[in-house]
Amino acid sequence: MSEKNKSDMLRAPFKLEYDYERSTGPIIGKFFEGLSNQQILGTKNGDNVYVPAAEFDPITYEHLSEFVELPETGTVKSFTWIDQPRKHHLINKPFAFALIQIDGATSSILHMITNCNESDIEVGSRVKVSWSEEKTETIKDISHFELINE
Amino acid sequence: MSEEKKDHFISPISLDYNYTAGAATTRFLKKVSEGKIVGQKCPKCTAVYVPPRGSCPRCGVATEEEVELVDKGSVESFTIVHIPIPGNPIVPPYVCAMIRLEGANISFLHLIQEIDLKDIRIGMRVEAVWKDKSEWDTTLENIKWFKPSGGDDIDPSEYRFKGPE
Repeated sequence: MSEKNKSDMLRAPFKLEYDYERSTGPIIGKFFEGLSNQQILGTKNGDNVYVPAAEFDPITYEHLSEFVELPETGTVKSFTWIDQPRKHHLINKPFAFALIQIDGATSSILHMITNCNESDIEVGSRVKVSWSEEKTETIKDISHFELINE
Repeated sequence: MSEEKKDHFISPISLDYNYTAGAATTRFLKKVSEGKIVGQKCPKCTAVYVPPRGSCPRCGVATEEEVELVDKGSVESFTIVHIPIPGNPIVPPYVCAMIRLEGANISFLHLIQEIDLKDIRIGMRVEAVWKDKSEWDTTLENIKWFKPSGGDDIDPSEYRFKGPE
């Protein structure tokens, strides 16, 4: 095809967008309600504590209903550095997606760490919650995590 | 759970595309911007495609011969939409139909209005209702909708492709 034909080609932006309404249920709902009160809640089954709260034990499949409150601190289990955030990311400066094991939990939560350099983070780094000012009863009530020195 | 307790949240999923029409659709839409409906004819099986895609899926050959069609046809298939779609300005219930233009061998999706819903049927003859010429652009939305045009219904067996004469 000639260059002229290419430049004559019609193009148009097209946005495909759906607003999903997601039910939170009794357990995740209470977990999100906890976040809006700046509380980290997990569900407990024997020695295992799940954060984010799980409705069913992923190992034994038992129905879980016992909540425990956990501190705002945790440990980085793994991470991916995002050097150039794109427009759909919630943080518009370099940050890390990280699996964070909240102190006292036996599972990890996926969230973001920022206000640091890539070289500052390693597996085992200690982090603390930074709360969002505006609460929406969603995971966004945690703005991000920040590194702490202990 | 108390009334005011939030039990759901809205999670928007969004994909941004830059749609490229391609050579055949570009030609088609440029004609539509002049108020003309131009399809393409297969040189082998003679089937007329509108909107054209530049090739015949039956024969696997390029379609270059252009054929101007009338803005009249019939309802090959339809559905009555009762559920509102967020962001869609058309108030339900309304009819979405596959319109088969006279002389075409495939149909395309469009809206039917100016009709009593109980009258809609396969084979019903319809004609295009165009927007005001000042609003025409390179889009099939230049046709606001199709409306019943009267006359005898098409026998649905007419929709079957019979091959070259």
